[in-house]
Amino acid sequence: MQNYNVYVPRLVTKKDTFVSGHRACIGCGEALAVRLACKALGQNVVIANATGCMEIVSSPLPTTSWKVPWIHTLFENSAAVASGIESGLKMLMKKGRIAQQEIKVVAMAGDGGTSDIGLQALSGALERGHNFLYICFDNEAYMNTGIQRSSATPFGAATTTSPVGKKSIGQVSWKKNMPAIAAAHNIPYVATACPSYPFDLIEKVEKGASTPGPAYVHILSVCPTGWRCPTDLTVRIGRLAVETGIFPLYEVENGKYKLNFDFPELRPVVDYLKLQGRFRHLSEDLIAKIQQRVTADYAALKEKASDDEK
Amino acid sequence: MVKKVGMEVSVAIGEAVKLANADVIAAYPITPQTHIVEHLAELVADGELDAAYIPVESEHSAMSACLGSAAVGARTFTATAGQGLELMHEVLYVASAMRLPVVMAVANRALSSPLSVWGDHSDVMAVRDTGWIQLFTENGQEVVDNVFCAFRIAEDRRVLLPVMVHLDGFHLSHVIEPIVFPEQSVVDKFLPPNKYPLPLHPDKPVTMGDFAPPITYPEAKWAQEVNLRASKEIILQTWQEFGKAFGRHYSPVESYKTEDAKVLLLTMGSFSETAMTVIDKLRGEGRKVGLVRFRLWRPFPFEEFRQAVKDAETLIVVDRALSFGGPGGPVCSEVRSALYGEAKKPKVVSFVAGLGGRDITQAGFETIINKGIEISQKGSQNEFEIFGVRD
Repeated sequence: MQNYNVYVPRLVTKKDTFVSGHRACIGCGEALAVRLACKALGQNVVIANATGCMEIVSSPLPTTSWKVPWIHTLFENSAAVASGIESGLKMLMKKGRIAQQEIKVVAMAGDGGTSDIGLQALSGALERGHNFLYICFDNEAYMNTGIQRSSATPFGAATTTSPVGKKSIGQVSWKKNMPAIAAAHNIPYVATACPSYPFDLIEKVEKGASTPGPAYVHILSVCPTGWRCPTDLTVRIGRLAVETGIFPLYEVENGKYKLNFDFPELRPVVDYLKLQGRFRHLSEDLIAKIQQRVTADYAALKEKASDDEK
Repeated sequence: MVKKVGMEVSVAIGEAVKLANADVIAAYPITPQTHIVEHLAELVADGELDAAYIPVESEHSAMSACLGSAAVGARTFTATAGQGLELMHEVLYVASAMRLPVVMAVANRALSSPLSVWGDHSDVMAVRDTGWIQLFTENGQEVVDNVFCAFRIAEDRRVLLPVMVHLDGFHLSHVIEPIVFPEQSVVDKFLPPNKYPLPLHPDKPVTMGDFAPPITYPEAKWAQEVNLRASKEIILQTWQEFGKAFGRHYSPVESYKTEDAKVLLLTMGSFSETAMTVIDKLRGEGRKVGLVRFRLWRPFPFEEFRQAVKDAETLIVVDRALSFGGPGGPVCSEVRSALYGEAKKPKVVSFVAGLGGRDITQAGFETIINKGIEISQKGSQNEFEIFGVRD
């Protein structure tokens, strides 16, 4: 590791467009993910950001953490705003009112802004075929408002609106499969990523942004505040999510699934769950139930990927 | 040469947007606005209008896409009505607060429930405080003219605010009227290309739509208020310029036969033309009645309004919307408030009529005027009178 400063800059640009001074919590996996995504996007980009943690921490008037053109309007409409940006830029270039150049249009939102309140606007924008990239930064609950459950909250997780009680085990539904929903729109590129795998994340964001047509990248973003875990375990917990098969890293290119990281043997889910306070209450039975589900889902994904490889 | 053609008003709006050379149209179908965007989609499909038409999945997304498009500096148009305007509600505040010059035609429609596709002003009054400039029109020519004016006002560097052009659903949107269309070159001269001062572009990155803690929020809102009030001056200038170039004149409060009138009727929208016919009839009978109409609804034209009604004894306000459990029609409560501190002012009588597309006939307006005079003399127990409704 002593050569870290020598080799890393050769692999990743030192230039940041999401810069320090923002007010994200200590150990925030989402801020890390945004920073890496912005490294991948570079300077020629316009970002439409939904309301949420990243918007709040980065733009208290009159300050900003954004060194690229950035707009926030509302919670549920980032995909629609991006539609307008993309169409507007395209027309202005066509009419010669601005110079012809490649400007990437990117919408960013959290899991609530994507899988709940913003799902309709996202579906519309994907279906219409706008040339843009949508990035969902998934921290598995409404963290900005204080850890309320969303449809992306995993089974068994305790949140303030799926609390554990005498008659409750926490979240009773299984996490909504957003990448599959995005892929069902038959768009050219869908991928999952996690900042614990920075090079993979950067590559996928680059790929998504340069794909003509709509692209969707779903990034698992560890939230120590909401997940009740130590702030120095953000990267490790992200890796465990992948190594247990809970959050597999894969791509769907023109409908073809490709598993980017496969493991001869998945780690048991308990390795991931036990580090987080939101799962502390889970009984062995419930953990076994989760294990069963994860194993089955992973096998199904693997089969899909190997079928598509043939 | 100018052409005068008979055309459905909705279609004429599409033609006006084409002459205005819009860059982006994002819209969702809703009666009675649909013919406007249908015609625009057709113009784009035929290559007659070089614009991007975004067929969004809701009005919320229509206005959201308009935000994005206006923020990159594209000339942006949409149209809606009734429920659609309500679904846009939260986005409307953002358009004005972020100084995005979107132009929208609203074919005024009643609100559910019960479902009604027909016209009244319930939708307008619900978005009264969204910070948009709002204009009312009475016939097809006025809508077309004010679409040109709306773009010029909205995009003026001193204004940079979104503008709604209101027209009554069906009573105006679906009628065929003779309309004069100017030559393209005349429109181009009146309406220069949109030059949004700080567009979203990588050449000069800007952050738009910050979050404001209590230390900055009130200043942001006050700046918006000062800006909207100041826009009146530019609106007046724009109408004057329009009058010079096109020969048709508009003003914030329009008066009809008000000289020496003791009794004034106040209306908004297309019913004003029916009211004018009634004023003509009563004048013929020697009665001193007149009509005033709001053309400019926001910013509220306080001075012009006070000036227009100061010599009257009775002012009868006809609202086409209810303020449930409130002090009367929304227009009337604003009128009362605008006159409250005046030393010399007419007695104000409030009527609510014409809800959900119910017609107000000439006889109806005559009854309203007669009953209004009676109430102003004898008084009434009611905050307002509901007209033409069965018990």
